[in-house]
Amino acid sequence: MLRYIVRRLIQLVVVMFVLSLLLFLWLRSLPGGPDSAICGERCTPDQRVAMRHALGMDQPIWVQYFKYMGRVFTGNFGYSSGVEPGTPAIEVFLHRLPATIELTIGALIFAIVLGIPLGYFAARRKGGIFDNLGIISSLVGIAIPVFFLAYLLKFVFAVKLGWLPDSGRQSTDLAQPATRVTGFFVLDGLITREWDASWDAFRHLILPSIALGTIPFAVIFRITRSSVIDVQNEDYVRTAEAKGLTTQVIRRRHILRNAMLPVVTVTGLQVGALLAGAVLTETVFAYPGLGQATAIAFQLRDFAVLQVLVLASAATYTLVNLVVDLSYALIDPRIRTR
Amino acid sequence: MFDPLYATDGESFRPVRQMMEGLVGFKPGTADVEPKLAESWTNSADGLTWNFKIRQGVTFHDGTKLDAAAVCYNLDRMYSQTGAGATQAQYWADNMGGFKGQKDDAGKDVPSLYKSCTADGDTAVVKISAYTSKFPALLGLPSFSIQSPTALKKYDANNVQASGEAFTYPAYAMEHPTGTGPMQFGKYDKTNGVIELDRYDGYWGDKATVSKILFKVIPDETARKQALQAGTIDGYDLPNPADWDSLKADYNLLIRPAFNILYLGIDMKNNPALKDLKVRQAIAYALNRKDFVASQLPEGATVALNNYPDTVDGWTKDVEPYDYNPDKAKQLLTEAGQTNLTLNFWWPTEVSRPYMPDPKSVFTAFSADLQAVGIKLNVTSKPWNGGYLDGVEANKPDLFFLGWTGDYNTPDNFLGGSLALNNPENRFDTGSQPWGKTLASEVAAADAEPDTAKRNAMYVELNKKLASEYLPDIPISSSPPALVLAKNVTGVVASPLTDEDYAHAVIGQK
Repeated sequence: MLRYIVRRLIQLVVVMFVLSLLLFLWLRSLPGGPDSAICGERCTPDQRVAMRHALGMDQPIWVQYFKYMGRVFTGNFGYSSGVEPGTPAIEVFLHRLPATIELTIGALIFAIVLGIPLGYFAARRKGGIFDNLGIISSLVGIAIPVFFLAYLLKFVFAVKLGWLPDSGRQSTDLAQPATRVTGFFVLDGLITREWDASWDAFRHLILPSIALGTIPFAVIFRITRSSVIDVQNEDYVRTAEAKGLTTQVIRRRHILRNAMLPVVTVTGLQVGALLAGAVLTETVFAYPGLGQATAIAFQLRDFAVLQVLVLASAATYTLVNLVVDLSYALIDPRIRTR
Repeated sequence: MFDPLYATDGESFRPVRQMMEGLVGFKPGTADVEPKLAESWTNSADGLTWNFKIRQGVTFHDGTKLDAAAVCYNLDRMYSQTGAGATQAQYWADNMGGFKGQKDDAGKDVPSLYKSCTADGDTAVVKISAYTSKFPALLGLPSFSIQSPTALKKYDANNVQASGEAFTYPAYAMEHPTGTGPMQFGKYDKTNGVIELDRYDGYWGDKATVSKILFKVIPDETARKQALQAGTIDGYDLPNPADWDSLKADYNLLIRPAFNILYLGIDMKNNPALKDLKVRQAIAYALNRKDFVASQLPEGATVALNNYPDTVDGWTKDVEPYDYNPDKAKQLLTEAGQTNLTLNFWWPTEVSRPYMPDPKSVFTAFSADLQAVGIKLNVTSKPWNGGYLDGVEANKPDLFFLGWTGDYNTPDNFLGGSLALNNPENRFDTGSQPWGKTLASEVAAADAEPDTAKRNAMYVELNKKLASEYLPDIPISSSPPALVLAKNVTGVVASPLTDEDYAHAVIGQK
């Protein structure tokens, strides 16, 4: 098992290296650059040349890449030119990461807590009203664009009803400024016993989590449903029934556990989709996370921030999939013994 | 980044304007100069020496005193920028020219408007190298705000460096901006994207009426609108003109005086047909600007006759108006032998500017007009920061849209600053024309004329010639941007320069 983990981690390093090269080349092959964003329409051609020279953008691409890698090996991932000008790109990533993790966890909880039980019950009552309603709602979940749903949720629950906050991670008018410990606002409030700050951060998470979690919910619901339908017709379930095991034991140990394998795989894959979806959700909710930073960085051609964000997102995706693979062993003893 | 010397964007200037002040300011709601940190000034007859009497009793936010020496320290600091600092101090380069000791590629000194500043009692004596109509108005630009010399030195303000494809800024610019304004820097909460300014109780003028101003970063325009509707914020800048009518009912919509210009640039470099005035005039006649302004632009927008708004000196209505006339356009194309004309037409995406809220609608309207008179178009759309601006400056398109929001109330800010007509190597390639150098010298001469009446007459003449003889571009419109505030927020005066004072806003009961 250890060898397997080490091999996968080495693969990760290779993937990161190749990706960094491709990303570097791709970003610089795009028209425009940070000089354009900094200059705006005010720069004269001479100023543009001076700006590109000062930023080293007039050097051959391979020189730029080796300089970049040289900086990376000393822990310098460059500085932001647009998202937060002058701030180290890694700092932009690190102080926004907890926001996106909080949001992703919120969305996953929404998707799993609703998706698995509803998928299971829909399978148990296949063809019934509950099943049909579930299928329709999951279809709607997939079909509605995330940004539209996000605007809709905000309009109803924040603008019209005023039940939940419309944007950001924390209110600016808290009685006491919230103490930051981990950067996870809900958790910070619990640690420091600033209950109002924790509750406020939680309220800020609800709408974006629902917006972001709708597609994963739909996917998890459908996979759970079809997986349970497949498993409950398997021979070993019939054998278990013939042996006289209680329904509860059959459902828990034989149906649900076996049906969970594809669900876990899909949930892992959904983490990657969540990171992509965060770009839209965070933009709509002015939620200062990695997704919002990605959107701004792309518009302003903030190369350093884009490089860090894309590489980190790829690393996260790869690591999550490794964890998913490892979790198979926990769910399916057959894999463990192999 | 809060050191305005290195900033060029409106987002940076918005908080800076509450914290910092220049030697001169602008009358609320106008682009006209008024005293600020200089309570008065006089100048020599040749316009080369300016004596600014510095206001007494003014302190910086760190408690140090403003005096003439502090003013001169600031101006010398701006002039002495080197390396990355000089590259970043764009407003200085645009308005003052070179930096101390700066050489061009040929090894010659880059000329600078600024020469020196000497403290003489409570007077700062500023010498400049040539008279320009822009002086002293340009000292009101936020980039030239007077900052605390003590804080500038303490936090190493000049230490700007280039690193990779970005600039890094010293602690001064990131955490310790120190000016004389009614609000002082509180903190920048990067995690929440909120800039907090606090009232400065030692302010020399009327104290701020608000104790705090919070600037919240909400990049998406619809999200800004919903935040106002939800009551999370008290106002936001640049509402979409399409929302103006609906916002008026429930909020204070402040429409700024239009102080910008949108134009269709004609680059004569690559297509020989465009060197013919008749072809350029045909393009002008083909454009239905009146219809476009009425149907696509917000209330208060006007068709542009000159290359700057009508509130700026030297504006004249006595120019060739080029009223929409497709038949005349076709006739001119025939006379020029260009009935089969094809042009490379560029328009920008991923951008909205005060003078061009929706580039697509601009392109759609005018491309249809040009095709209607038989001009074929090779259309290219590029992201604003993704090749559009670079391409325009590299003389790639034949036709393109661009514009400018004025910095202060002088014609040269538009003709010299924005259009760069004083430099033959511009985005219209006027230098390749027989009249290119004449035009450049006419623009420079008008700017250098100290007599106001004579100068204005020169600009009137220049505007006429630009329309009838040169025509490097076709002015399209001036369009008023707006800002919107909650009904209970009053006392903010909309400024054509986006120089709004939020510190003295009055917050009433909701």
